[in-house]
Amino acid sequence: MSVTYIDAIREAQETLLREDPRVFLYGQDISNFGGAFKATKGLSDAFPNRVFDSPISEDAMIGLAVGAAIEGMRPIVEMQFADFSSIAFNQIVNQAATHFYRTGMPIPITVRLPSGGTPGSGPFHSQSMEGIYAQYPGLVVVTPATVSDAYHMLIDSVKLDDPVIYCEHKFLYRWLKSKAINGEHLPIGRARIARPGKHASVVTYSAMVHEAVRAADRLQADGWEIEVVDLRSVKPLDLDTVLASVARTGRLLAIGEAFPWGGVTAEVVAKVTEEGFHLLDAPPQRLNARDTPVPYHPKLWAAHRPTPESICDALRKLLSF
Amino acid sequence: MLRARILENKLSSLYKAGKIVGGVYLGRGQEAVSATLGASLIQGKDCFAPLIRDQAGRTAFGEPMIDCTRTYLGSVEGPMKGRDGNIHRGRPEMGMPAMISHLGAQVPLIAGMLFAKRLKGCLDGCVGATTVGDGATSTGAFHEGMNTAAVENLPMVVVVANNQFAYSTPNHRQFACADLVERAKGYGFGGHSVDGTDLLACAEVIGGAVRKAREGEGPQMVVAHLLRLSGHGEHDDGSYVPDSAKGGHYGRDCIEVAMRQLAEGGYATVDELMSWQEEAAEEVQKAVAQAQQEPVPDPYRENWTALSTRFPIPAP
Repeated sequence: MSVTYIDAIREAQETLLREDPRVFLYGQDISNFGGAFKATKGLSDAFPNRVFDSPISEDAMIGLAVGAAIEGMRPIVEMQFADFSSIAFNQIVNQAATHFYRTGMPIPITVRLPSGGTPGSGPFHSQSMEGIYAQYPGLVVVTPATVSDAYHMLIDSVKLDDPVIYCEHKFLYRWLKSKAINGEHLPIGRARIARPGKHASVVTYSAMVHEAVRAADRLQADGWEIEVVDLRSVKPLDLDTVLASVARTGRLLAIGEAFPWGGVTAEVVAKVTEEGFHLLDAPPQRLNARDTPVPYHPKLWAAHRPTPESICDALRKLLSF
Repeated sequence: MLRARILENKLSSLYKAGKIVGGVYLGRGQEAVSATLGASLIQGKDCFAPLIRDQAGRTAFGEPMIDCTRTYLGSVEGPMKGRDGNIHRGRPEMGMPAMISHLGAQVPLIAGMLFAKRLKGCLDGCVGATTVGDGATSTGAFHEGMNTAAVENLPMVVVVANNQFAYSTPNHRQFACADLVERAKGYGFGGHSVDGTDLLACAEVIGGAVRKAREGEGPQMVVAHLLRLSGHGEHDDGSYVPDSAKGGHYGRDCIEVAMRQLAEGGYATVDELMSWQEEAAEEVQKAVAQAQQEPVPDPYRENWTALSTRFPIPAP
């Protein structure tokens, strides 16, 4: 018996619905159909009148969630694809994100963004929005990379009083399995060392954690020990753990699946340069997707995002500086 | 209506005297619509998302006048503590969310408040209301919110104040249907039209729409026809409004109409109307004086976090 990443997301929602009457689920096709990816399968049967199909109205979906939060509820909104949240951008960044600072009333909504690419999903079903939302004050942005984190971070997100953008990676949905959901977990705001090492630090999150670990495994044959830091939440960003890692290794490569202009990797490099310049033995590097829309064909897609090969190349360059 | 008009006249002079930063946005000409909506709602039970020209509705719903002067003057004692200004204020905990500038955004928000009331089992007999201008009816948020409220059959009342200009853009560049009320049917809302310069008509039509929603007849849309009697804000002289519109039927002042209606209908004597004006002027003076003597925000003492949550590591 094993638990997949998407099972964990479903389990977390079931736990939340069972334990907190303020929680309800809202999203396109999430009721009887169980959601486009089946993350809510069976939940409408188990919790009648707690799981609602929404019209195709992302702006209104988040607006409704904010209104419900004002009334004391804790809605979880499923965006069918992270890409579609661009329609809800105003409600997320202007309505939800500003609310606590403006009025003193927090908005405890959780927006699930099925993020990142899978083969053949093309430019409008593959985007990674975490960097865009992290730019805005008032939002917490989390990016679980493991089955246990998928479960615990969703539970923790809904328990937070502030709006949370929960970026779940579609590639991990059924690919990533675990024997069971681990009971122990770090709180949101703490990064984790996914793989210890001493020659270079890879700082990354979400699906790229697994690509980075693969690259590190390959370089081990050449005698390199690469440390991989899984940020877990990109905002707040656990700079302490990142700096401690860079202090051990002297080298930094920040990796993300999002587009290369700005974003999480740029922020990591900027912060480490600012606060840990003295720790660095080489210029910090970053590796992102290429600067084009996400391509459709699996061959193009595979070369668009960072791969173990491109990560190994970037690390060799960094190690030889 | 009177209290809102007198308050706004004072805000206008404070702005012109340089005592208010940012913008001042007045509801002149829209008070009859706004006040009748606010007065039809029950504070503590209903929810109301006022918009840019709703001072009269805010007052009628029960917003203390001091909230307005404190917000415009940036007092830390105000509901927004100087962090947001002018009409962007609210008290969400009392059923009055704070507006954002993005038009139409409060329509789905009110739908959400009603949706949550239903989930909590306390929807019966409640109404959620918001107002928008003719310009906001062109936005996606308005459309999505109307559609969502109708799908959920929520007791929502949306009042469209068609004041003929969205900032400077006239109706014919904003929508192509003959009358915005035609849209109500498409959304699945009950649709009503009213002369927004006529207090008694507003009381009947807007009050009636609120009653229908309260009694379970589903969402209601009221289109009120009127003319904005000032610029978009006090920085704008509204010179694009043609004289023909100003001299037309909707160019009349709803307050003058209302005072005549009240006197002629025996609702109030001229003396009573005069004394209401005096009382309102006194109340406005007091609210302005109080807000003016209160402290403004101190950047060195400001809590510069946008989150209520504390994390194990401090946010950089």
